[in-house]
Amino acid sequence: MIAWTIYLTFLGAIAALLLPRAYARCVALGTTVAGCLLAVSAFFEAGDFGTLHTIVRVPWIVPLGIEYHLAADGISLTMVLLTGIVAVSAVLFSWNVRERENEFFFWLLLVVGGSYGVFLSADLFLFLLFYELVIVPKYFLIATWGSTNKAYAAMKLTLYSFLGGALVLIAFVATYVAGGSFDLHVLSQVHFMPQFQAWVFPVMFLGFSVLAGMWPLHTWAPTGHVAAPTAGSMLLAGIVMKLGAYGVLRIAMNLFPEGFQMWRYPIALLAVMGIVYAAAVALRQRDLKFVIGYSSVSHMGFVLLGLATAQALGVAGAVLQMFSHGIIAGLLFAVVGRMIYPRTHTRFLDELAGMNLSRAIPFAACVFAVASAASMGIPGFSGFVAEITILLGAWRDYPLLVIITGAGMVLTAAFTLRAFSLAFLGGKAESTPLKCDPITPAEKWGAALLIVATLAAGLYPKPLFDHIMPAVLSMHWLKP
Amino acid sequence: MNYLELLRLISPEAVIVITALALLGLQFITPRARDFCFPKAALGIVAAILCVKFVLPANATLCGGMIVITPLTSLFKIIILLLAFFTVLLARDNSFTRHPCEYLAIILFATVGLMLLVGSQELLMIFIGLELTGLSLYILTAFNKSDILAVEAGLKYFLFGSTASAFTLFGISLIYGMCGSTGLEEISHRFSTESAQPLLIAGVVMTLAGFAFKIAAAPFHLWAADTYQVAPIPSAAFIASGSKVASFFVLGNILLVGFRSADGAMWQRFDPAWFPLVAIVAALSIIVGNVVALAQRNLRRLLAYSAVAHAGYTLLGLLATGAEGFAATLFYTTIYAFTLVGAFGVIALVRRETGGDDIANFTGLVKRSPLLAACMGIFLLSLAGLPPFAGFFGKFYLFTAILHSGESHAGRFLVTIALAGSLVSLYYYLSVLRVIFVDQSPEEAKTPAIQMDAIQRITLAILGLAIVILGIFPDLLAALITNALG
Repeated sequence: MIAWTIYLTFLGAIAALLLPRAYARCVALGTTVAGCLLAVSAFFEAGDFGTLHTIVRVPWIVPLGIEYHLAADGISLTMVLLTGIVAVSAVLFSWNVRERENEFFFWLLLVVGGSYGVFLSADLFLFLLFYELVIVPKYFLIATWGSTNKAYAAMKLTLYSFLGGALVLIAFVATYVAGGSFDLHVLSQVHFMPQFQAWVFPVMFLGFSVLAGMWPLHTWAPTGHVAAPTAGSMLLAGIVMKLGAYGVLRIAMNLFPEGFQMWRYPIALLAVMGIVYAAAVALRQRDLKFVIGYSSVSHMGFVLLGLATAQALGVAGAVLQMFSHGIIAGLLFAVVGRMIYPRTHTRFLDELAGMNLSRAIPFAACVFAVASAASMGIPGFSGFVAEITILLGAWRDYPLLVIITGAGMVLTAAFTLRAFSLAFLGGKAESTPLKCDPITPAEKWGAALLIVATLAAGLYPKPLFDHIMPAVLSMHWLKP
Repeated sequence: MNYLELLRLISPEAVIVITALALLGLQFITPRARDFCFPKAALGIVAAILCVKFVLPANATLCGGMIVITPLTSLFKIIILLLAFFTVLLARDNSFTRHPCEYLAIILFATVGLMLLVGSQELLMIFIGLELTGLSLYILTAFNKSDILAVEAGLKYFLFGSTASAFTLFGISLIYGMCGSTGLEEISHRFSTESAQPLLIAGVVMTLAGFAFKIAAAPFHLWAADTYQVAPIPSAAFIASGSKVASFFVLGNILLVGFRSADGAMWQRFDPAWFPLVAIVAALSIIVGNVVALAQRNLRRLLAYSAVAHAGYTLLGLLATGAEGFAATLFYTTIYAFTLVGAFGVIALVRRETGGDDIANFTGLVKRSPLLAACMGIFLLSLAGLPPFAGFFGKFYLFTAILHSGESHAGRFLVTIALAGSLVSLYYYLSVLRVIFVDQSPEEAKTPAIQMDAIQRITLAILGLAIVILGIFPDLLAALITNALG
């Protein structure tokens, strides 16, 4: 049933392209809502989340023994749920797109469908196909509907993604040659030579971490996020960056545990560098969207740190952080790109400061306040649960790094509060608020969906942990 | 062996030759020959395809390997005929010449040459096929004799080509002198029993130089840019497609059957001996092709340099030195050929409307014709090797084959170069697509939609869909090739 998320989304993409203009938005909304409902129902269906359950498995490319093999466990279901939620709100927040809608929603749905595919595939070739399928739609979304240096940003992002994909491809083919199969089930039974793992793991990890926004390969992320249209930024930060982290967890760490053990200290170090560096850079930005772009890099550092702990708690925290950051980043980009920019025509903090936005668009101020609180890791929101879990997991092996990360979290609070106060509370209370259009219902629904998701995950994270923990515990590379 | 049996075995070639001769004679009989020469050529090709399918036996060998029929040769004869068919469809729009009958007849002669190339295990026969194709293609390049640039390109092509042929012929004669035979099987046998001799190696190198010219691999690629850019579009399409496929087929045959057991003692323990040579040519092609393509402003010239790079990728499959690698090479080159025919189809229509084929002429194509823009998008992204298009699996197949073959260090090195080359190529393909899909043409209000008739629409749609379908279900072609290889 969950496999239909993929098929429905691609069918919806084709329909959005071919039907008359007026229907494109509705088709996109219908498709993403259907996908989201499928994801929710699959998520709450009782079952064993610890093992990778095969959903579909048919021979596909016989000469190489490649199968069309979809499978899901608790982690993939969590990521599919995230994709569903972010996709619906991304469509809601692009309700105002009036230029070449057919193509816009076509590309958007391709990104969504490819992401569903990545999270559900259990065959290396299939995984790679979906993984690279996402590259080109991103290019056109940014280059056509973007802003701020869009041609440069789109090309940079695409080439970076392709570079990552190429490294992953080399590693996959090498894995096939050594392991004799493309199937994840089969490969996870194979014990690869340590010398082999020692070089394949870093190649594969580097490939994936380009997309996960690891420092110093993150530079595509801020420029790409800033240039992208609102829905593009939401999908990029919300889903696409998670594809890389998911690949590290599902394939690189799972297949090459010894290679992972050899390289996990440098990974943890790079992750913490990313957390602190990106937070520090975010503190100095003038453009509100750049602040959020760098905060994404910083938050993805937590994911990598969690993965590098090699302990159940830390890894589960990393998955939770992927979910949580997907929601929060979506919310932040939505406020900036859809609620503020079309009304004020600027994103520069010093210009926004004079506009008294908390009076002009109080709804946006509220949403941004919620999202900032979640982003800073205030208890009650999903960010807190995820980050505290990661730090607890990391404490045993990397106490020093945890302390440095703590400093990074202070920086996160600093840049978030700075951005919030400058953008919304900057003007004098008596200055006249900017006249602007009221918030549309589509924006309200989109924001409500994301806020409910982050609050639910923050106040009652048990369902998420119930899905993630068994799947993490069943991974054989965990340290006892 | 009676003549009836002989005629049966060469029936597809015979049908094509008869059609070509009939086309040449047609214009003496009726002044309206122009009107029905295209259906007639197309009909001849269809008849030849049917012959391959239903008249030819599954396996046969004639005159000690002069003509060989296997499932694989039959499959590739059909592929070449299909490519010729699309070329004929492309030539329907023949504003460049007053002599369409001759033009079509020469395309058909070239096709016969390609079919001979595919269906032979004998160096002499291969050379005859090579020459027949070559001479036809030189004429096709310079067919528009009022276009001085096309004549120049044709002359360049001819001079380079005849030099390369001379080398090949010299190489073949050296090999014959050493081995006492021109049959690939006997040569292979001879190679395996004798130690490598310098003269034999010289023969191998010279033979390969001729083929490197045919597939436009660096450093033998200098003719390609001019030919692709200024030759009449159907000629360029046929040079890029049919000629490429057949050349790779026969090159694979020679390397993997004939020179398979060439002892590599002279070449630093590489086995077989031609490995380092072909590896260098492949790496050089990938680097030169992609880097030079970056600087191009004309789309056809860009495709020419990207063709050089693609020749490099395709050679990787032959370097895998096995059935899997050969299958990957054949898959890739077939996909590439159909992609390029489609791309030239789009270029032809855009050129007719805008009067040029610089990249700038494609500005805002998506507004003027969504179908053309979508097809071009499919073709270019498939060339860049992105899913869900056939080029993605094609590249994946090549890389898997070469890494699988055990030639690990050189293999890994070449795959790395190829992927770096793909990264560069993505940049220039995307730049073209940005012009097509993103940029707005300044005089947009004035530019009307591009006119196409039903046949053009359907042909392009079929080619575009084929690339997508073969990308999602590569097994449709890959399994055919692997089964035919046995």
